[in-house]
Amino acid sequence: MNIPPNLKYTKDHEWLKLLDNGEAIIGITEFAQESLGDITFVELPEAGDRFDSGASFGVVESVKAASDLYMPIDAEIVEGNAELEDAPEKVNQSAFEEGWIVKIKILDDSQIAGLLDATLYAEIAKD
Amino acid sequence: MSELRRTPLHNFNATRGGRMVDFAGWEMPVQFASIVEEHRSTRSAAGLFDVSHMGEASVSGPDATAFLDYVLTNDISTMKSGRVLYSLMCYEHGGVVDDLLVYKKADDDYLICLNASNTEKDVAWLKSKLSGFDAKLVDVSDDFALLALQGPKALEILSGLTSVDLGSLNYYWFTEGGVAGKPCIISRTGYTGEQGVELFVAPRDAAELAEAIVGVGEPLGMVLAGLGSRDSLRLEAGYSLYGHEIEEDISPVQANLMWTVKFKKAADFIGKAALLEEKAVGPKRKIIFFKAGSRRIIRSGAPVLENSEPVGKVVSGTFSPVLNEAIGSALIDATSLKAELSVDMRGKSMRLFQSRPPFIELNP
Repeated sequence: MNIPPNLKYTKDHEWLKLLDNGEAIIGITEFAQESLGDITFVELPEAGDRFDSGASFGVVESVKAASDLYMPIDAEIVEGNAELEDAPEKVNQSAFEEGWIVKIKILDDSQIAGLLDATLYAEIAKD
Repeated sequence: MSELRRTPLHNFNATRGGRMVDFAGWEMPVQFASIVEEHRSTRSAAGLFDVSHMGEASVSGPDATAFLDYVLTNDISTMKSGRVLYSLMCYEHGGVVDDLLVYKKADDDYLICLNASNTEKDVAWLKSKLSGFDAKLVDVSDDFALLALQGPKALEILSGLTSVDLGSLNYYWFTEGGVAGKPCIISRTGYTGEQGVELFVAPRDAAELAEAIVGVGEPLGMVLAGLGSRDSLRLEAGYSLYGHEIEEDISPVQANLMWTVKFKKAADFIGKAALLEEKAVGPKRKIIFFKAGSRRIIRSGAPVLENSEPVGKVVSGTFSPVLNEAIGSALIDATSLKAELSVDMRGKSMRLFQSRPPFIELNP
């Protein structure tokens, strides 16, 4: 199972890539896309929307199920991945790269410490 | 929790990457690689489905035909030997016990194929209706594995494995013959809207038969397909599924299945009076099919709204890979048939665009 070491993770099988400017990119992990199967729709929030840590900020729908996306950290949406509107299958094909879901501005740096690193997440993503 | 039952192809499925789920008490592959890819491959080449969980019962004896005409809505008396017929089995009140296929082997010898989730109930129901008929009903589900080979290349693949003349085997006919050396009932039927066959085979022969089909089929683009694509294929084709479009409390009048109900057949049948009455008065509810206008799947159970008031519920919902759009069916009040219908998707209203099934051109 592919779990890039340079990313942060959550127990909800999402990843965060911390950028230098106080922003981060969020997506779902390889494990998550694999369990969901064919993704047919991603509901994205609007730029400027604010979410508390733990709040649902969108939905990933596969043929089999609808699955909420949870904001790992207090954040404001910078942009959603508009490519997913026409090609949600990018989340299946490239969960850690082209299939990214939102870019956020981190509102509370102190919460970063609560995220999982790749080693810890690998324990959770074991079947 | 009782143990899940396994089909004779369990090892075949598991070793080839089938992702197993609980379906009606059976451990079945929902997918192998991808539901959408399996769907597309079945429409473009072929898919091989293990549907051994389906039930079978034999109905035999001098009154076999009369018995089936009494318990089923379609006309059994006019069937020829070698013919397959789709029929409903109804309760007195007109609701549906099950939908099934009838295989006529001889005037006194039939095989019926039942939904897995209903087999036990069906067999008990049928046995309870036997009195007065010189007929015998035996649950023979354990005698058969069932493989469905479906798609535009299905017959070409099969022709490489059998000497049976498939060209003269018409849609909804069956014959008995060897496939890859294994004795089979070869039925020109299916649940996808594509050309194809369903093969009844002894459990001990099932895995070798499946391997042989894979050997010939894979070079022609055939894939192994699971229950996930079986469902999206049948919904795209506009076929009803028990527990969704038909149910104990959804009658054939409501489900647009009156073509399977033969009021004019000679025999009286269970449910006839109720169905005649409902047809005369007009059904209170109807099954409709819809396109969602987007890729977002509207799932079974979602309330259907007219001017924000509930007038029904979604009974099936999936993604159509051919249309690149979500599709589904719903049970709605007959008074709302012409209304603008919508569903609430987490606070967002989505319109349902009524569409006559099938959603695609069928080529069975």
